[in-house]
Amino acid sequence: MPKNPKLKSILIIGSGPIVIGQACEFDYSGTQALRSLREDGIETILINSNPATIMTDPSMADHVYLLPLTTKSIIKILKEHPQIDAVLPTMGGQTALNLCIEADEKGIWKDFNVEIIGVDIAAINITEDREQFRELMLKIGIPMAPQATATSYLKGKEIAQEFGFPLVIRASFTLGGAGASFVHKEEDFDELLTRGLEISPIHEVMIDKALLGWKEYELELLRDANDNVVIICSIENMDPMGIHTGDSITVAPAMTLSDRTYQRMRDMAIHMMRSIGDFAGGCNVQFAVSPDEKEDIIAIEINPRVSRSSALASKATGYPIAKIAAKLALGYHLDELQNQITKSTSALFEPTLDYVIVKIPRWNFDKFEGSDRVLGIQMKSVGEVMGIGRSFQEALHKATQSLEIKRNGLGADGKENKDYNQIIEKLTYASWDRVFIIYDAIAMGIPLSRIHEITKIDMWFLKQYEELFLLQKEISTYKIDTIQKDLLLEAKQKGYGDRQIAHMLGCLESQVYNKREEFGVNRVYKLVDTCAAEFKAQTPYYYSTFESDMETADGNRYPANESVVTDKKKIIVLGSGPNRIGQGIEFDYCCVHGVLAAAECGYETIMINCNPETVSTDFDTAHKLYFEPVFWEHIYDIIKHEKPEGVIVQLGGQTALKLAEKLTKWGVKIIGTSFESLDLAEDRGHFSNLLKENNIPYPQFDIATTADEASAIADVLDFPILVRPSYVLGGQGMKIVINKEDLEKHVVDLLSQMPGNQLLLDHYLEGAIEAEADAICDGEDVYIIGIMEHIEPCGIHSGDSNAMLPPFNLGDLVMQQIKDHTKKIALALKTVGLINIQFAIKDDVVYIIEANPRASRTVPFIAKAYGEPYVNYATKVMLGHNKVKDFNFNPQLNGYAIKQPVFSFNKFPNVNKKLGPEMKSTGESILFIDSLKDDEFYEIYSRRKMYLNK
Amino acid sequence: MKYQKRQKAIILLADGTIFYGKAVGNKQGTAFGEVCFNTGMTGYQEIFTDPSYYGQLMVATNAHIGNYGVNADEVESDSIKIAGLICKNFSYVYSRVDAEGSLESFLDKNNLLAISDVDTRALVSYIRDNGAMNAVISTDVDNIEGLKKQLLEVPDMDGLELASQVSTKEPYFVGNENATYKISVLDLGIKKNILRNLAKRDAYIKVFPYNATFEDLEAFKPDGYFLSNGPGDPEPLVEAQALAKEIIKRDLPLFGICLGHQVIALANGVSTYKMHNGHRGINHPVKNLMTGKGEITSQNHGFAVNREEAEAHPDLKVTHVHLNDHTVAGLAMKNKNCFSVQYHPEASPGPHDASYLFDQFIENIKKN
Repeated sequence: MPKNPKLKSILIIGSGPIVIGQACEFDYSGTQALRSLREDGIETILINSNPATIMTDPSMADHVYLLPLTTKSIIKILKEHPQIDAVLPTMGGQTALNLCIEADEKGIWKDFNVEIIGVDIAAINITEDREQFRELMLKIGIPMAPQATATSYLKGKEIAQEFGFPLVIRASFTLGGAGASFVHKEEDFDELLTRGLEISPIHEVMIDKALLGWKEYELELLRDANDNVVIICSIENMDPMGIHTGDSITVAPAMTLSDRTYQRMRDMAIHMMRSIGDFAGGCNVQFAVSPDEKEDIIAIEINPRVSRSSALASKATGYPIAKIAAKLALGYHLDELQNQITKSTSALFEPTLDYVIVKIPRWNFDKFEGSDRVLGIQMKSVGEVMGIGRSFQEALHKATQSLEIKRNGLGADGKENKDYNQIIEKLTYASWDRVFIIYDAIAMGIPLSRIHEITKIDMWFLKQYEELFLLQKEISTYKIDTIQKDLLLEAKQKGYGDRQIAHMLGCLESQVYNKREEFGVNRVYKLVDTCAAEFKAQTPYYYSTFESDMETADGNRYPANESVVTDKKKIIVLGSGPNRIGQGIEFDYCCVHGVLAAAECGYETIMINCNPETVSTDFDTAHKLYFEPVFWEHIYDIIKHEKPEGVIVQLGGQTALKLAEKLTKWGVKIIGTSFESLDLAEDRGHFSNLLKENNIPYPQFDIATTADEASAIADVLDFPILVRPSYVLGGQGMKIVINKEDLEKHVVDLLSQMPGNQLLLDHYLEGAIEAEADAICDGEDVYIIGIMEHIEPCGIHSGDSNAMLPPFNLGDLVMQQIKDHTKKIALALKTVGLINIQFAIKDDVVYIIEANPRASRTVPFIAKAYGEPYVNYATKVMLGHNKVKDFNFNPQLNGYAIKQPVFSFNKFPNVNKKLGPEMKSTGESILFIDSLKDDEFYEIYSRRKMYLNK
Repeated sequence: MKYQKRQKAIILLADGTIFYGKAVGNKQGTAFGEVCFNTGMTGYQEIFTDPSYYGQLMVATNAHIGNYGVNADEVESDSIKIAGLICKNFSYVYSRVDAEGSLESFLDKNNLLAISDVDTRALVSYIRDNGAMNAVISTDVDNIEGLKKQLLEVPDMDGLELASQVSTKEPYFVGNENATYKISVLDLGIKKNILRNLAKRDAYIKVFPYNATFEDLEAFKPDGYFLSNGPGDPEPLVEAQALAKEIIKRDLPLFGICLGHQVIALANGVSTYKMHNGHRGINHPVKNLMTGKGEITSQNHGFAVNREEAEAHPDLKVTHVHLNDHTVAGLAMKNKNCFSVQYHPEASPGPHDASYLFDQFIENIKKN
């Protein structure tokens, strides 16, 4: 049966602000779903409160509602659009499902005659209510771990007595494992049980017998209305049971499953999906497999919706799960749809991979001082990267190179841990550095059997690590002049960076690079095509690798490359890498718009990024996608291959920006603002001179490299003083100190963490108002796209502040200063493209805190509030395609828009929630208010006093 | 453990194209066959021991091969049947509690030559674009001209009868002799899991050599007849075709898989042809035209049944089609108790979506 003709207008619910456990993967899935529905001529209506998303662009849906995700908003939308036939709640994570259920319970869908598609409520209820789910599984013969439900403290205690320890406590109806914990010892049980009960909205926890050390797997399924089910991807967690899958290093396809066990798992997954209800769409099933000869399989959970894992599976296989799931929700059958990659075969099939992907989560524990850094069943990571390679080892290396934590890969970078006790401790209590510690443990000579005994990581993975280390040892016996081609090729095939090889050979990175050129050991690009090259693919989704040669019958010998370079003019956009605090989805929004704008200007667009959650890494965003680490070596090789007109760095946040220097040094053109200007803005001394020359005030400051210097500076500047390292992200290490003792402590602390770094000491303008402006400049004209006033006083990181657009109580005089300063600075910095400037306002004087000639976190927010495509304009200006005066700016906003920060503190119960100069929020939402009499504004504003009184 | 340097090896295609790699386990040797690729991500042991692959050089597209070692009860016949293995990363190490040894030692025991570190993706793309062809893998990398000459002597797969090479020499029995049903099986290169699937459905089975006659099979007094999978071209299998005709003539329950399916088509006068590069993998989509449902199937064939002729045939109906290229995936005879599929409902390796076909066969037997 083709699509249901009754469905003409569909409401999609987004996932709201980014929090731990629910990140930009839902922008990716929502965006795909909207495009997919539109292809079928469906009218789309979207609700999402997150302004930093592509999906909320006016062009993405017929009607976009940037409203809080509440049933009140739903009712408003349904009243305004009585034509809505159905709601698709499976694209917006648990948030969307929960809102859908709430609306269902209140009878709203029924009142407005709206059908729920893509899932059925009964299915959600079954999968979320662990007791019901368990009963159902037992009924259909699917084994589960011993488990029981407690709705009271007393009942919980009884269960613990029965099962014994270790146990797992999971709170019902929560996100990303919130309220979940491992209980190893009886004495910890009371506290953790209480917390679980409190966190669950229905005051219910599930207590499981812990399957510590069992191998963990996930399958991604799609089902159509004709009950056809296919498995899109199998994912193996390298970290066994005990670490949340969102915090696990995961690998696809599954590496250590025999066909027999895999097929049993496949059968179980299909059986489970069919058993929970009758719906067409995506589904994720998690399993544990016993690490013994029995290979028993136990079901962990099932999620009847698009998930973080399905986003990963889409990127891992090339199969666009959300896009197809949206079509299935319309009533299409899989066999009526095309494989989107080959465009010649059926969507009813199971992708096969001829490469391996490794996902590594990205944590931000440094932002959550006092947090428990040990990984467990509650998710703590804020982002993730994916590496694609022709072997597990290559993929693992590429993923570690993508993390941007100043590591060059596994080992051979001089950063290895060599402390036996620390290594054992870190193997026992996994944290963010587990992926590196395993290598260090092997390098130290700790037997694999011991590492396995502690970590329970499958021996196959550990042996892959060991092979890497043996190769490193072998290479280290050579010098740059003596190394042979075969060995160098093998090192590159296993993912070692030139820098690491240089480290092993005791030479310079450039020498290794030259040696590679000499030997012809060059990167080739391969396609992600869902079918292991069985069919010709149409989709330009590439990754790099190194291959042995082929030789044609007429003697032409070369490694085979699939990325054919066209003769069109090309622009490369550098992505922003893994999400982290201070650099999130906003920059992906900017990159996507940069790509689209460059395409409008007639360029072939090339995207480089390594974050699988994003829209920028969707295969139909840019003309060509290179899913590669935003790591110098990979980028330079792509540039060498593609020979673009230039590279856009100012849209991808600090990740892309910090590559500007090297690009310039190697003669690659930076599109828009030059590296010199970027550097000038970053260098506090030079920047202050520029301000001085332009008669623009700034807080008194100085630069220190030792505690002594800092102390001397403090005598001049007066306390309070804001101390921060230069060249950091999201206010990392930033602190306000009020006396010499504090100052010394913080300076010593920072210098020990970042030896050799310069520290900036600013006189802190106490009680000042903070404001910021974003502008587009073409070098001659400046257009200010928005000025925002922070509700919180100066001293709270701008990313953590509530920002009002336009300002609500700045006088004309102040506003004029802001405008004048912004224009002067933008021109003085020779900005071409976007610039963000932050101000402190005290006694009607506007001081400059900092200027960043790049896309900022607030650009998407302003674009959404005013309904204007600012990144598009800015990109066209950068490319020299347009001047600022070419655009007919027409911002539309009644009243005010507030950018509200959203935090994920519930994942870190012991962390200091106090806000300060270091950013802690993970996401944001937008709130429109008509006037300052609005209750919500009043409430936020009243909190300002609290900060001032401190 | 020490770093191991591996010896050079090549694969040379009949058209002169060469792909470079390394010899697995530093074994020396040369092996000839038709090069084909399998896209399955699991089940290498089942694939290597599947008699249908007899005489073929197998390219495994999965990035790693050998990860979980080998296990005695996951074989599809008594020995490795492929002529040689070509892969990207050969896993010398393995991890599985239940495994009996490494893939390397299994290949050694079967004296099979394997080469690794080949750009298998480029090779597969090449076969896809240029069709399946004969090839040689060898560690004799300095003797390309000599290998080319030898390669010329390898017979073409088109028209080649291979079932006789892998069929049992003597009849044998499988299952419980007190089972409800008795089935006579013609072994053209049968996979063990077909027999397991039949035995599991309460059948006692007698397996006959490829050239057995109807009388031989009938003497077992079977309730049903089965024609197995196997290697090579179905056309030269005239004895098997005559046998099929006889069973059909008497309207006895008949089921054929893969080569058996092709033999049934030929017995009905429908021709078969050699495909460009065949279907080999465990992700092949098939639509059951009787129910309208899709199934993900395990496939392994280089020949196929002519669809136009099958559709035009008054006694045949096409029951299943391959969703990617719309080739015939299943046939049934309109007024006879006979059906067949091109793919592998016994899986092993692969999904179990089509195991209902064995139930259907038993139902057909019951109906009789």
